[in-house]
Amino acid sequence: MTDIVDAESLSPKRAQAHALPGATHQTSVYVYEAPVRLWHWINAAAILVLALTGFFIGRPLPTMPGEASANFLMGYIRFTHFTAGYILAIGFLFRFYWSFVGNFHAKQLFRLPLNDPEWRKEVLFELRWYLFLEKRPKKYVGHNPLAQVAMFIFMTLGLTFMIVTGFALYAEGSQRGSWQDMLFGWVIPLVGQSYDVHTLHRLGMWFILTFIIIHIYVAIREDIMSRQSIVSTMISGDRTFKDDDPD
Amino acid sequence: MKPTETFYEVMRRQGVTRRSFLKFCSLTATALGLGPSYMSEIAHAMETKPRTPVIWLHGLECTCCSESFIRSAHPLVKDVVLSMISLDYDDTLMASAGHQAEAALQDTIERYKGNYILAVEGNPPLNEDGMFCIIGGKPFVDQLRHAAENAKAVISWGSCASHGCVQAARPNPTQATPVHKVITDKPIIKVPGCPPIAEVMTGVITYMLTFDRLPELDRTGRPKMFYSQRIHDKCYRRPHFDAGQFVESFDDEGARRGYCLYKVGCKGPTTYNACSTVRWNEGTSFPIQAGHGCIGCSEDGFWDKGSWYARLQNIQQFGIEANADKIGATVAAGVGGAVAVHAAISALKRAQIKRQSVAENEENV
Ligand code: HEM
Ligand code: SF4
Repeated sequence: MTDIVDAESLSPKRAQAHALPGATHQTSVYVYEAPVRLWHWINAAAILVLALTGFFIGRPLPTMPGEASANFLMGYIRFTHFTAGYILAIGFLFRFYWSFVGNFHAKQLFRLPLNDPEWRKEVLFELRWYLFLEKRPKKYVGHNPLAQVAMFIFMTLGLTFMIVTGFALYAEGSQRGSWQDMLFGWVIPLVGQSYDVHTLHRLGMWFILTFIIIHIYVAIREDIMSRQSIVSTMISGDRTFKDDDPD
Repeated sequence: MKPTETFYEVMRRQGVTRRSFLKFCSLTATALGLGPSYMSEIAHAMETKPRTPVIWLHGLECTCCSESFIRSAHPLVKDVVLSMISLDYDDTLMASAGHQAEAALQDTIERYKGNYILAVEGNPPLNEDGMFCIIGGKPFVDQLRHAAENAKAVISWGSCASHGCVQAARPNPTQATPVHKVITDKPIIKVPGCPPIAEVMTGVITYMLTFDRLPELDRTGRPKMFYSQRIHDKCYRRPHFDAGQFVESFDDEGARRGYCLYKVGCKGPTTYNACSTVRWNEGTSFPIQAGHGCIGCSEDGFWDKGSWYARLQNIQQFGIEANADKIGATVAAGVGGAVAVHAAISALKRAQIKRQSVAENEENV
């Protein structure tokens, strides 16, 4: 990292920044590779579509006028849900694959370094920062450790849960013997019956929506209050730092 | 009753003609979804196989399964099946009573050790050592265990035996327990429903008696031929579901037009049974055809799964009247509120720090 900083500070722009007293100094690191960024936005769009269509699967829109054969509203809503579901599931599998071949930051979503005492301390530090108990936030190149825990619980576990229950419900429509049934047919007997799986799937939606509220808020807040860029990083891939101080 | 008597002999003795017998065989083949060639196979099996005795026990129940069974569509099927199984012991239907009846049970168990089929209607309550259901002076659970010990296979008739049903609904004071949780060492066929459809019952038992093996079962032990699809998969109102045309409340225009009952709580999309194909009372109708949503009576715990008139399940763990949307929206609103407060404090803190640094800068100047 240091050599990046050095190289950056040699650029004319940096030199100028140095020259101006009181101006914020910016250094930048490439964090999120293109596939990770692409996945992030596809995943976000898929979740949005899934939540919207899913909501109306459980609480359908008002009755359509006309002949049954002239309408297919519920059919289209469900079709959209299933298509977005496939996109989400395939994207998630790809993202898992990328956690093996991608850079260090690509691994964070799937592996928590729970055995690392240093990392555990950082989680607590971040917790104190959000509780206004720390004056100055730390700099992080990837996710901050608390964000990493949240990502793991809501996305890695949450999406796995939605995909497993989603395909279990899908198997009911694709019938016994379909590959969805062979792979996920065990879910409904495990839970007890289909109705409960619907309810869990629906609760899962609210779980993920709750995460999205927190996620968007924290991303914007950190963008303003922390010492690194957040929102633009998921677009350009570059993490820029607002100062040059160590840690 | 000699043990070597065949099904066919029993039927003839009961006055069933050869012609009726063959009709029965083809009807059965059709009901089981088998090809026409199976008709002769069934006939052959019936003519050569010694009759398999059936012991029919009644635990904690309402007897709706028996009521359904004796109303099987084709009178022929009913007569034949009844004579076929001849109910060596069925304390509701048989002629004998008291000690005589108990002796008949013991007699059958001993005579056909390992060869009889045990059909159980209702379930055993286990609380207070099973005192909530006494048969012949003893807890039903003892009779069940005793009869199951030498049975070839067990049929769990109805939702009581299969899942527990109403007597096992919360808070289940008698600790009514489905059969498979008490008898764990025998093959068990679950035929859920409250009650199961008559043709499903006769179909299952005919299959077992003629082919001398269990029907193919799904993951939860139900015969695949009747329980592998949902009501929703074969419902004649399904086009209205896909179109998005719903009954919004009973007696509205949609109800008169026969729209889909999803919004008024139909459990067809989550219920595995044959009602939408086989129907009831000689194929006359079934609940949805009569304008009422499916209540999901063949699904585990259907009494406790919230209103029969709402699509979203009532989640009891969270107190009165909660469903996924109410819980979810409450949590989301709570988190949203917390975020707003957090944002406000953050802004204040930031302003404070700015003011401080400005003050510091001014001091330095
Ligand atoms: C973030 C991801 C997802 C969200 C938020 C979501 C949301 C929902 C919701 C709210 C429902 C309605 C449940 C009800 O009230 O009965 C639903 C139903 C369903 N979802 Fe998802 N879902 C997600 C992922 C998936 C995936 C990956 C699949 C797999 C293809 C899937 C397949 C289904 C199916 C088959 C149904 C039942 C449709 C029906 O009953 O007609 N879902 N989903
Ligand atoms: S009435 Fe019930 S089973 Fe029939 S289509 Fe509507 S929801 Fe499905």
